[in-house]
Amino acid sequence: MKYAARRIAMLLLTMVIVSLLAFVAFDIISGDPATAMLGTQATPEKIEALREEMGLNRPLVVRYGEWLLGFFTGNLGTSYSYKLPVWQLIAPKVGITLCLSVISFLLIVVISIPLGVRSARYAGGRLDGAGTAINQLGMAVPPFFTGILLTWLFSTTLHWFIHGQFPELTKNPAGALKYLLFASVSIAIPRVAMTVRMLKSTILGEMQKNYVRTAISRGNDRKGVLYRHVLKNALVPVVTFLAQTMAEIVAGGIVVEQVFAIPGLGRLLVASIANRDYPVVQAIVVILAFWVVLAGTIADLINQQIDPRLQLGGDA
Amino acid sequence: MKKKLLAILLLGSLLGAVLTGCGDGSAEQVTEDRSAANELVVGIAQDLDNSLDPHVVVAAGTKEVMFNVFEGLMKPTSTGDLIPAVAEDYTVSDDHLTYTFTLREGVKFHNGDTVAAEDVVYSIARCAGLNGSEPLVEALSVVTDVKAVDERTVAITIAEPSNEFISYMTTAILPADYDRQDTAPVGTGPFKFVSRAAQDNIVLEKFDEYWGTPVYLDKVTFKIIENADSLVMSLQSGAIDLCAHLTSTQIDQLGDDFNVAEGTMNLVQAMYLNNAVAPFDDIRVRQALCYAVDKQGVLDIAFDGYGSPIGTSIYPAFGKYFDESLIDYYPHNVEKAKSLLAEAGYPDGFTMSITVPSNYQPHIDTAQVLVEQLRAVGVEAKIELVEWGTWVEEAYVGRNFQSTVVGVDASNMTARALLERFTSAYGKNFINYNSAEYDALFEQALATYDDAAQTELYKAMAADLTKNAANVYIQDLADLVAVRKGVEGLNFYPIYVLDLSTVRYAD
Repeated sequence: MKYAARRIAMLLLTMVIVSLLAFVAFDIISGDPATAMLGTQATPEKIEALREEMGLNRPLVVRYGEWLLGFFTGNLGTSYSYKLPVWQLIAPKVGITLCLSVISFLLIVVISIPLGVRSARYAGGRLDGAGTAINQLGMAVPPFFTGILLTWLFSTTLHWFIHGQFPELTKNPAGALKYLLFASVSIAIPRVAMTVRMLKSTILGEMQKNYVRTAISRGNDRKGVLYRHVLKNALVPVVTFLAQTMAEIVAGGIVVEQVFAIPGLGRLLVASIANRDYPVVQAIVVILAFWVVLAGTIADLINQQIDPRLQLGGDA
Repeated sequence: MKKKLLAILLLGSLLGAVLTGCGDGSAEQVTEDRSAANELVVGIAQDLDNSLDPHVVVAAGTKEVMFNVFEGLMKPTSTGDLIPAVAEDYTVSDDHLTYTFTLREGVKFHNGDTVAAEDVVYSIARCAGLNGSEPLVEALSVVTDVKAVDERTVAITIAEPSNEFISYMTTAILPADYDRQDTAPVGTGPFKFVSRAAQDNIVLEKFDEYWGTPVYLDKVTFKIIENADSLVMSLQSGAIDLCAHLTSTQIDQLGDDFNVAEGTMNLVQAMYLNNAVAPFDDIRVRQALCYAVDKQGVLDIAFDGYGSPIGTSIYPAFGKYFDESLIDYYPHNVEKAKSLLAEAGYPDGFTMSITVPSNYQPHIDTAQVLVEQLRAVGVEAKIELVEWGTWVEEAYVGRNFQSTVVGVDASNMTARALLERFTSAYGKNFINYNSAEYDALFEQALATYDDAAQTELYKAMAADLTKNAANVYIQDLADLVAVRKGVEGLNFYPIYVLDLSTVRYAD
């Protein structure tokens, strides 16, 4: 319990730090909401007046403090460029991006773990060389390119989905999930390749250890030992790796949402950065950071279940 | 083993059902459904990221879309003329200072109210800043008084005679004291605003009580797709029917389902030079760059030959102000460029930077060709990509740049909209152009009421920019529009708008 409480405190602290960094980064880069809003209508006087009106002339600490206070009281502020409450703006997109992340994550787990175990079992076999080559290829292809290929194959040629016509998640959930599935595949492929390779090498490493030799010498077959003893030990680093994958999925999602024209958080984030729409950027950055940190926390808790010794160290 | 097989089978059939069972279909099917419903989906490359209030909107992409929703007393046509819209007619007093508009009978707002004189007074006063606040539309700051003479007559008084004033009367007429224009706009145009989802779409519907020729389409959805590849794929998949501002590369990928209409973008694309910083404070250097640049070469390499070369800050759609002889004022001549550079004290050339906003691919492509062309005369140019916000702050407002490749547009159909910006005292004279002669010509043009004489003065201003090599003028970009076969009636305008009122499905 104490452990969980500490994890949650860490989570909150991380989010505050992330939001602070985002705030400061925005202050350093040139261009601000006033110039972005005025565009080519901008004159120094107009910019100054608008800055004053938007409260941008106050010191950074004051503005950040105000935002933080609002955040903890459930007020995310108003978008500069859409004149709408931030929450109203991002709420419909949170679900979409969450689905995209979760589907990608499930794909990675469901495909890579059996595949990794199998490739370890048949390491050195006839298909091993081909498998390694495909794996290498999978790692090298960036999601946006896979995205274009998938669209060409499944939308332009096979008409399994209509690129650019994303069904509303609430009205046509099946259609929306199907659309997201194709996008998820392009996010998942490189991560699957990495996870498979990692799992394979950890298993092969474990198989060299003494306890495996002992188990086999006691008459167990290799397959039994692999599933009953080795897998458990090999999974710990893999679970940690998968948690880190969440960050990659989020980053990949930003690109893939553009390629597949999915109206998710990633696209809004990119546009809001260009418009210097701080309140929206802050909210999205914090949400994404929350996912990533949460994934890490869950991974630690799962690892503890797999290997209770980890709790004794208490250092997570 | 059996259990496993069963699991795989189940999973497989589930996946199959999900993938094929949801009734999506081929591009033909999708678009046929839409055509039956008389709906059109238009792709746009950026969100309408500002308030939708037409008096506040600055983004060209927003005005382009909302042109279908709002109208002024007058309205521009595709041929560059002005026709009465909310007004039926107008008269000008003998001293050219008072414009009296008679309102058209029975013009309705999208909320069902009839347009009354007080709405017009409210709209004009709001833009002109007569209610004590800053003028929302700068051009209208000349208005000194606006009043309702009777229910259908409005008199507008301006400070000094101007034959351009009437073209400012395209400013949108809005219902008086309606305060949600920025999120739920209401106008009098042929389409009414229905909804908007940030970074996703904007939906317009036919306005049944429109006073003029009814539109053909029942519903238009503008879909926001920023990614260039995604735009093309969405056209191919049938998700969108029409998309403007495509590049020739994108057009090549489209295939047989589309007709391509070619119009002009109505922008003055140039390598704008900061006339106040060395070495561009020397006219010989500026002229050398003009000789060094081969406009047709830029069009051929970066735009597959599309586009219209220009020689000054007026683009061809401006008709009477456009002077063809200026296009080739500086014919491509490497030797001449080199000798001018030597004369100016740069026999071995120099290094310079070209600032380009990173969200405008055509300008980036242009800059890349320019770098090669400049290298031939010994000038080493380096492209600096900056974000749009940074460009506005640093280059446009801060005037902190050496050269920049961008396109400048005209907010209305007056030469003034393109030329006033380079008068030395103007707040947005970002190139620091400083020519006493130019300023004097502008003063004269403002003071001249006779149209022919004024046109000559504006043409002299344009020629002044060319002769002093204020900028390295390149082209007005071609506007390539992909229109799905079976959709017709698109008209191009000499300003940056996308008029959907004439677009229809062919029978």
